[in-house]
Amino acid sequence: MTDPQEPVRAVPYGDRAVLVEAADPAAVPGLRAALAAAPLTGQLDLVPAARTLLVVLDRPVTDLDVAALRRLTPAAGERPAAADVELPVVFDGPDLAEVARLTGGSAADLVSRLTALRLTVAFSGFAPGFGYLTGLPADLHVPRRPTPRTRVPAGAVALAGPYAGVYPRPSPGGWQLVGRTDALLFDVDRDPPALLVPGAAVRFREVR
Amino acid sequence: MLTVLAPGPLATVQDAGRCGWASIGVTRSGFADRPAAGLANRLVGNDPGAAAIEATAGGLRVRAERALLVAVTGAPAPLTVDGRPAPLNGPLGLAPGAVLDLGIPPVGLRTYLAVRGGVDVPPVLGSRSTDTLSGLGPGPLRPGDLLAVGPPPPGQPTVDVAPVAPPSSAPLLRVLPGPRRDWLAGEAWTALTAAAWTVTADSDRVGLRLAGPRLHRARDGELPSEGLVPGAVQVPPDGAPVLFLADHPVTGGYPVLAVVVTADLAGAAQLRPGDAVRFRAAR
Repeated sequence: MTDPQEPVRAVPYGDRAVLVEAADPAAVPGLRAALAAAPLTGQLDLVPAARTLLVVLDRPVTDLDVAALRRLTPAAGERPAAADVELPVVFDGPDLAEVARLTGGSAADLVSRLTALRLTVAFSGFAPGFGYLTGLPADLHVPRRPTPRTRVPAGAVALAGPYAGVYPRPSPGGWQLVGRTDALLFDVDRDPPALLVPGAAVRFREVR
Repeated sequence: MLTVLAPGPLATVQDAGRCGWASIGVTRSGFADRPAAGLANRLVGNDPGAAAIEATAGGLRVRAERALLVAVTGAPAPLTVDGRPAPLNGPLGLAPGAVLDLGIPPVGLRTYLAVRGGVDVPPVLGSRSTDTLSGLGPGPLRPGDLLAVGPPPPGQPTVDVAPVAPPSSAPLLRVLPGPRRDWLAGEAWTALTAAAWTVTADSDRVGLRLAGPRLHRARDGELPSEGLVPGAVQVPPDGAPVLFLADHPVTGGYPVLAVVVTADLAGAAQLRPGDAVRFRAAR
């Protein structure tokens, strides 16, 4: 586990990658920005996640790489000055009532709480354009469904654990569905292809 | 131009893959067996990362619509051109109208067909690879597909035949400890490196599902999602390990016990359902 004395740990991950683990999850975007601005030699890709940043190289990892990554400090103010993303959401998801019950309020309360939040894209994964949105208060953290659905439609707005997310395309999924949006989450012909990029702020706006 | 007459069980266009998009959830994808595909490309004078056809379990049949220089590498599928046997692992000239046929490989799973100039399908996010997990890139090849071929590269083919050992149907893959070995019981590493594992039928370009002893967790709780690499051996709650290949998800939430060394990934990519596989500590 992360030593609180050590802001950044670096663990070799196979022979071509190093997993950088931040004591403070909020440091991950800054660590990514630092390496994007000053890449290691042969750096192929960076994979930001909940608490970690995976650095993938096209050559064997050396002790020097690990030592350099242990000294990495987050870049300040590197977050892209992207405008907040506002997602129009129809809150009629099949799990809306269940989530309202789990969080101890009415469906209307839940919707007004969700639309008041400013969420942040922490990282992506699961599918192209799927952003893990953080910023839900602890009492809105709900478990995944015990049995995943075999098909969740594109645009489904969902909650699970500390995260909210929007399914970019139809796929199986186990998150609790509270609504849907017609926003286009991922389009390879758009630059950037993903609507939700790490660091972006997101709000839900209720539409009917 | 190249016409696909029959794709076999699964044939896709692949290249070096999509690098640099992991932060928006796009995995690298690309050739499952990079050394074999790179060899096919070099044999026809291409860049090793040029787009080629990856045939799964043979069965691919294509027709050259003009004179083409091709090379076939990887799983040693019996190869014929217009019904006559033709050699693997060397450049092969196809006359206009010639039909190239791949039989079923006796060992290995993935056979590569490179064509001088590369397969020229429209790139998506900088790559012509089919990502079977996310659906990015061209769809799997279908009968009747007409594939354009790019302009010839400046390099000239310089080798007539490359000596290549066929893939093994019972390889020993070297593994390094994974970043979350401490999430698994102490004997999990020993079990991974001692047992004989069997590749199960639900294996694909995303990963190999392995049957063998059940691996147990040392700790409960959910691991926050973190990045994956090809070769990562992840242990889901059912205790049956998954060895990820080219189309692995960008991130995963189960502990990674071990990582196959890059030099042995090609051996993993050539395993087919029913094959045996063992692991040993790389150091």
